[in-house]
Amino acid sequence: MAQVSITVNGKQRTGDVEPRLLLVHFLREQLDLTGTHVGCDTSQCGACTVLVDGRSAKSCTIFAVQADGSEVTTIEGLADGDNLHPLQDGFWEEHGLQCGYCTPGMILSAVTLLEDNPSPSEEQIREGLDGNFCRCTGYQHIVNAVQNAAAGRA
Amino acid sequence: MIPSAFDYERATSVDDALARLAARGGAGKLIAGGHSLVPLMKLRLNEPGALIDIARIPELSGIRGQDGGIEIGAATVHHAVATSDLLRARCPVIAETAATIGDPQVRNRGTLGGSVAHADPASDYPATLLALDAEIRIQGPGGTRTVAARDFFQDLFTVDLAGDELITAVRFTPTRTAAYAKLYQRASRFAIVGVAAALDVDGGTIRRARLGLTGALSHAVRLTAVEDALAGRPATADGVAAAAARAGDGLNDVNADIHAGADYRRAMVGVFAQRALKAALARSQESAP
Amino acid sequence: MAAPVLPKLVGQRVKRREDPRLIQGLGTYVDDVKIVGLRHAAFKRSDVAHGRIRSIDTAAAEAMDGVEAVFTGAQIAEFLDPMPIGTPFPSPEHRAVATDVVRYVGEPVAVVVAAGRYAARDAADAIVVDYDTRPAVVDPEVAMTGHPTVIHADFDNNLAVPLVPSGTGVSPDGKTVDDTAVDRAFADADVVVSQRMVNQRLAPTAMEPRGVVAHYERGKDTMTIWSSTQNPHILRTFIALLNGMGEDQVRAIAPEVGGGFGAKINIYGEEYVVASLSRRLGLPLKWTEDRSEAFLATIHGRDIIGYIDVAATRDGKVLGLKLRLIADVGAYNMLLTAAIPTLTMLMANATYDIPAIRTTLTEVFTNKTPTDAYRGAGRPEATYFVERGMDMLARRLGMDPAELRRRNFIPADRFPYATQMGAVYDSGDYAKALDRALANAGWRELQRQRDAARAEGRLVGLGLAMYVEVCGLGPSASLPTGGWEHAQVTIERDGRISATTGASPHGQGNETTFAQMLADQFGVPLEHVRILHGDTGVVKQGIGTFGSRSQAVGGTALHLAGTKVREKMAKFAAALLEAHEEDLVFEDGRISVQGAPDAGKTFAEVAAYAYVPVPLPAGLDPGLSEEAFFEPANNTYPFGCHISMVEVDRDTGELALLRLVAVDDAGNLINPLIVEGQIHGGLAQGIGQAMIEEVRYGADGQPLTGSFMDYAIPRAADLPRFELDATVTPTPVNPLGAKGVGEAGTLGSTPCIVSAAVDALSGFGVTHIDMMLRPEKLWRIIHGGQA
Repeated sequence: MAQVSITVNGKQRTGDVEPRLLLVHFLREQLDLTGTHVGCDTSQCGACTVLVDGRSAKSCTIFAVQADGSEVTTIEGLADGDNLHPLQDGFWEEHGLQCGYCTPGMILSAVTLLEDNPSPSEEQIREGLDGNFCRCTGYQHIVNAVQNAAAGRA
Repeated sequence: MIPSAFDYERATSVDDALARLAARGGAGKLIAGGHSLVPLMKLRLNEPGALIDIARIPELSGIRGQDGGIEIGAATVHHAVATSDLLRARCPVIAETAATIGDPQVRNRGTLGGSVAHADPASDYPATLLALDAEIRIQGPGGTRTVAARDFFQDLFTVDLAGDELITAVRFTPTRTAAYAKLYQRASRFAIVGVAAALDVDGGTIRRARLGLTGALSHAVRLTAVEDALAGRPATADGVAAAAARAGDGLNDVNADIHAGADYRRAMVGVFAQRALKAALARSQESAP
Repeated sequence: MAAPVLPKLVGQRVKRREDPRLIQGLGTYVDDVKIVGLRHAAFKRSDVAHGRIRSIDTAAAEAMDGVEAVFTGAQIAEFLDPMPIGTPFPSPEHRAVATDVVRYVGEPVAVVVAAGRYAARDAADAIVVDYDTRPAVVDPEVAMTGHPTVIHADFDNNLAVPLVPSGTGVSPDGKTVDDTAVDRAFADADVVVSQRMVNQRLAPTAMEPRGVVAHYERGKDTMTIWSSTQNPHILRTFIALLNGMGEDQVRAIAPEVGGGFGAKINIYGEEYVVASLSRRLGLPLKWTEDRSEAFLATIHGRDIIGYIDVAATRDGKVLGLKLRLIADVGAYNMLLTAAIPTLTMLMANATYDIPAIRTTLTEVFTNKTPTDAYRGAGRPEATYFVERGMDMLARRLGMDPAELRRRNFIPADRFPYATQMGAVYDSGDYAKALDRALANAGWRELQRQRDAARAEGRLVGLGLAMYVEVCGLGPSASLPTGGWEHAQVTIERDGRISATTGASPHGQGNETTFAQMLADQFGVPLEHVRILHGDTGVVKQGIGTFGSRSQAVGGTALHLAGTKVREKMAKFAAALLEAHEEDLVFEDGRISVQGAPDAGKTFAEVAAYAYVPVPLPAGLDPGLSEEAFFEPANNTYPFGCHISMVEVDRDTGELALLRLVAVDDAGNLINPLIVEGQIHGGLAQGIGQAMIEEVRYGADGQPLTGSFMDYAIPRAADLPRFELDATVTPTPVNPLGAKGVGEAGTLGSTPCIVSAAVDALSGFGVTHIDMMLRPEKLWRIIHGGQA
């Protein structure tokens, strides 16, 4: 077992973990942060996306021990108290989700997307979401949601 | 999916990593971003006894220009390469190559050294390192050594790197007149075929061409026949087209899978060689005074 | 019939009420469920496609830390009966865990119960199975010969369903077949087009894989089962049945469900096993499917070959149609497997007035994952075959594909329309949808653009497809589960409205659309209404969400229950206000007498009286809670027209979708925003089938598309911005006039893209291309000589 200390959503969290414990399982099972989901085994679908040290990353492809000392933001830590993050608002406003399973990862990918490029074109939004699958929406309302958030931040 | 159990250690320096690797005998494996290794471990296709984490060794990360060359630390993530101002100004082909890898999250974690050491036959970097005539810098118990990219990629998942060595950096002489073109495998976003082309153009004539190919064979190779055919030709689209169009013709043992048969891949080598060459030529014209 | 629902919230683009929890990570999916003492199950699965189990060695697994029990299939069979199916066709025995012979890669052969997820996986991996392998067969047309193997002993030539005829001249019992009319149609024809087409196998890939938690409580002798299911009530029925328990003892919960697309209608072996082991061991037990397992063990969709012949006059009037279907159902019959291809037969009439149709259906076992319902379930296949056939006919006749359709439509004044296939189409105006789509697309201008692009050497093509689908499933005669839906509407003691629905959603937004309806019905704000679903402990009865039925059937049940409560509430209000019921107005959360709004009573006041009725008005019982079952008299038949423009890269064969114009008619719409989302998602799946999705097997039955590394589903950048519009032709089948829309997008998009690709490559002499439109395939057509 190894001890890890990870700052999750602004709070330092520690735990004894098997080295093979995936970060996503540390978040979900040890910290009860079940907003981060698992949708594949091979690092494609992006349902497990969180921010690691400020940038989007697939928490199913990172061992918790690798994240020792890092800062992690999950969907549960995105809102500022009762104020939703502009992307959360955007997804709600534009019907950017249906079953909601991909949504936390999709939103966190979009956070990095908009940090890198605050005024993306539609094409840039679509390409910026290459690492996130949605089987419900056909992505059009997701694109609208990111545009909505970008417009709100501008 | 869940990997088999292993031990984990974090190395603080290259020497420390090498010492830990040595102590593990053959059971240790290096991990930086883990984006080649972890998916294989989850599917239990790779079951190392110990992982030695080199992601946070300071000297392994970063992009530095020195002595007219550029050196990229092995633990530098694809995103850093793709967005580097230095690379985009002086050697856009490698930034462009990095930008085609995987997806944004993968690029935020995956590293140059990991990709090169893993040497997936469909990975993107090897083609570009070959076209740039890059050197792979390696450190091991016996000290440091340098291997040319064309000697480094040897076979399927096989490179000139011993189990007790690590890649510290990749070095190359930057050029603006180079480009990478890739046919995506639509599921994995790896290359069905990827070709990187670098040209030395002088007075409207191609003095020398270097082409690296990935995706088509068991490992990335230089397309030397095309390189020879291009040398001395006019630096125009028509000039490169004929030489490149048959680029795949002489290749043996071309990969075939559900995504692309061998004939098709062979033909795509020509198509993407042309595309890479044309894009490189366009850059040569941009950068002309 | 006009919709009686007042257009206040109904018809508005209301933001979803589900979303606040989902965008904050506060939803509870099945893998989020935790119970004290929870154990984890993992399955050992066959890695051979066909073989007899010689031995299973579980010793190493049993000795591992944290492992509590290991069961082989034979051990499970001692206490778990074979899995039931929901269709009347003869079916081979199907064990949840194989006892003797394995018939596809991924079939369970043993199960481990361990303290943790990781320990369970380790132990499953440590089980060693020795197989006596047998030849495998993966091509249904080969399997039909009975060679090289017979998969189930009692099913000669691997025929799951031997040839079943349907259509013109076939008696209702299917026993007598008169081909006179069909033969005459083909004899009279000026032109016949014929084509073999493959509607390829797909993986549904809901983003949430399957999962189940079962908690048997010995003290109460009750079972609670959480599952990622589209129909918790059906799950309850079957779990009770196989555990020898009463339905009163089983509570099934569908928590947040991360997509289903038909694949989560089934009751799967893992659900039965986890429930029975929880009961046997007296432990709460969880199983969560990996994506790698999902590609093997969750049903696949489609996989049907159609031999189509279309007979027509030279001016484009279709005289007759033949469609011979061969469905590859994989290794076993699941809940609805055998019935899905019958829907392809049912919809062979498509949108056309075709005087003579003969369809035949054969279903074949192969050594592959079983098939079952996947979004559209039989109807996209019918649409694909017929629309591709119509496109080929148009090309043969040199006729505009839109004009050919128009000449054959069932006219708008012929509804209800009895088809040759035994369906009665409720309502339709196909020409209107076609005209709208042509106008929105700018069909003539698109044709000019295509021709101009071709003059430059570009390979641009246009495709058009009509569709009609059978939705709002359906009368009980058509569904073994029953085809009704149930609802209960309650005015709580504080005046708030709670309503239960048996239409358990998995992304459809029923909490919003149903609340919109009830809010309008009662004249209250949306916030006063809560929709409860997905828990058989709360929702007394139900069928579930599939077949685009939740609004048309579930919504109607709610409307009917709401009507009953409103009538009773009016009686209490009338007593309080000393007024006549018919003079009351429900508005802004109050009930008042017409013309005297100030004298009204709030919902809370009326409810307080109804629950403490002193004095009790004559003829009334206390309380305000009413339920309703709604059994539709018929299915609904939504329709539409999809148009696409594509370009093929001459050098690589890569296909780009440039435009997708859709006009869909689902009758009256409750929430157009949600409807658009449903259509977008369906389009993406239909486009995925045409362009990038295909489950592949090697000749030895080994899956070649076992992960997202090899099986592509559309990403955002693969799709254009869809251009949607709607026509509205209400259905007379239900009082809402709503037809259903969940599957629509998958019907027209697929054939219209294939037709566009054929159009783009028509210069190379091609008249049909089977899906998926893999770049290499298109490149070979372009570079035929050198390929």
